[in-house]
Amino acid sequence: MHRIALKMLFGDSAKFYGILLGLTFATLLITQQSAIFVGLMTRTYALIEEVPQVDLWVADPTLQFVDDTKPMSVTALDRVRSVRGVEWASPLFKSILVAKLPNGGRQLCDVVGVDDATLIGAPALVVEGKVEDLRRPDAIFVELRGANKQLMQPATDDPNGPKRPMRVGDILELNERRAEVVGIADTRPTFQNVPTIYTTYRRAIGFAPENRRTLSMVIVKAAPGQDIVQLQQRIAAETGLSAYTPAEFGWKTLNYWMTQTGIPINFGMAIVLGFLVGVAIAGQMFYNFTLDNLKYFGAMKAMGATSRQLLGMVALQGLSAGVLGLGLGLGLTAAFGLSIPADRLAFKLTWHLPIMSATAVTIIVVGASALSMLKVIRLDPKEVFSG
Amino acid sequence: MIEMAAIDARGLQKTYGTGDAAVTALRGVDLTARYGEMVALVGPSGCGKTTLISILAGLLSRDGGMLQLAGVDPDALSNHDRTLWRRHNIGFVFQQFNLIPQISVVENVAIPLLLRGDSRNSSIERAAAMLQRMGLQGREYSRSDKLSGGQQQRVAMARSLVHEPRILVCDEPTSALDGATGQRVMELVREQGCREDRLVVIVTHDDRIFHFADRIVHMDDGRVTRVTDAQVEIAALRAAFAAEKDSA
Repeated sequence: MHRIALKMLFGDSAKFYGILLGLTFATLLITQQSAIFVGLMTRTYALIEEVPQVDLWVADPTLQFVDDTKPMSVTALDRVRSVRGVEWASPLFKSILVAKLPNGGRQLCDVVGVDDATLIGAPALVVEGKVEDLRRPDAIFVELRGANKQLMQPATDDPNGPKRPMRVGDILELNERRAEVVGIADTRPTFQNVPTIYTTYRRAIGFAPENRRTLSMVIVKAAPGQDIVQLQQRIAAETGLSAYTPAEFGWKTLNYWMTQTGIPINFGMAIVLGFLVGVAIAGQMFYNFTLDNLKYFGAMKAMGATSRQLLGMVALQGLSAGVLGLGLGLGLTAAFGLSIPADRLAFKLTWHLPIMSATAVTIIVVGASALSMLKVIRLDPKEVFSG
Repeated sequence: MIEMAAIDARGLQKTYGTGDAAVTALRGVDLTARYGEMVALVGPSGCGKTTLISILAGLLSRDGGMLQLAGVDPDALSNHDRTLWRRHNIGFVFQQFNLIPQISVVENVAIPLLLRGDSRNSSIERAAAMLQRMGLQGREYSRSDKLSGGQQQRVAMARSLVHEPRILVCDEPTSALDGATGQRVMELVREQGCREDRLVVIVTHDDRIFHFADRIVHMDDGRVTRVTDAQVEIAALRAAFAAEKDSA
């Protein structure tokens, strides 16, 4: 009877394609919007992931997220270094500054200053140049996406002519100070989607306007065997600053964007809309499909089909439509994600999202199937004689 | 040699609803039918034919009276057992055929076999053989909605007989067909359906097919008013028709 159930579903082309379209579209909407949301949220703590060797991030206690840099006293670095259990601590500067480009254009850039001595915090994936070149006078690294997009320069003397990516040797101005590109790095895209410039801490302080020439954060490596929680408590107690593990800092940042902005509501609405589209189109069509076939189910019931056999048929039909719709929807979502460059759209299809979409599709299909099954169970086989 | 009556019904009663809204459909129906015969249930709309055939097919429980169908009282069975009993013992021909349009003709016919758990191959094989007996060879893999009304009813006939039921129940089998097609379908019912170990019960309004039956059970207001020999009744009808024609 399973084959008959499937043929009943696939044979009713109009309804089958309607159900499939509804489920596919619902899956696409739910998964795609969720993936963009996850992509965006992941970008909010990209800087934290860029510095994997760090055990603790120390910042002002009022800081709400990683980009919300609060000025700290310059003595904070030494105070942190003096805490027992700290193997090393490095300063980190982070601020949005305006860069004057070689062609005279201006561009907001996220400037990150890393420890002059150790260069801890500098980008790990260098595409061109060497990290050590940051020690050269006026040296900066720019990140690849920015170099290929916002920081592009005229390829010829004609300012309106074709453009080329920013490259090693190009000269910028940051706060009227000369900055020379000595390297290109491939870093994680950030939420603000402005080019990131890496340089040394002291140079970054110099690039910044006077009122922003302060320490943003201190990154800490715990001594071997040091209990991280205890170290966090000691830093807080002895310096009055807050110390976060990378995971805590990431969650803190994520939590800020989730609770203090309208982003989750906007994406949540799109996801709910996708679910409702699935319910409205696919759920209703599946229910109508069963209603249309009720007389055949009735005839089969009269002929001796048990309720279990009929429910099995309805369940198989629902399951098949669900699996196909889900598969197509996920495939289209993946194709969408692959077709859009990462610098244009934050898109991150984690393993959780297909499970979430599958759950949503399951709810739609199970709901529609359950209603349909109810009709089938309540079906009085003698009604087949009413003509 | 089958000795037991296919249907032994005494004082069957059935009422729908309760109180002021109660409608009595059967008021003590007595009916006995043997294997090997074809019985036609006739009567005006609302006389209780559908209720009676539903009870005789094991689809509806009675409120009163006694019933043995192929030696079994269906009301003594649980719902599940009654479904299984129906699966093996009853064949159905419906007024509107109720063939599933999305599947092939042969699969439609195979449904009773598939329901009882026969393998797909053997079910399809037997269904194809039954279609051949119904003169539908070459149509096995057509969609049922591509067939004419007469062909569809022959497919429905094949479906009703493929599992060799003890009782074949036909509900207005010719009402959706033109006269000539209806006659051909009834010839098939007579030819393929009637066997010495099977009872055929037909509910019909169509007096053109009365002569196919062995007996005609007349119903009115929930009662069996008379049971006549079909041939005697046809002869009487013909005589009345001739007399009317002469007087005109």
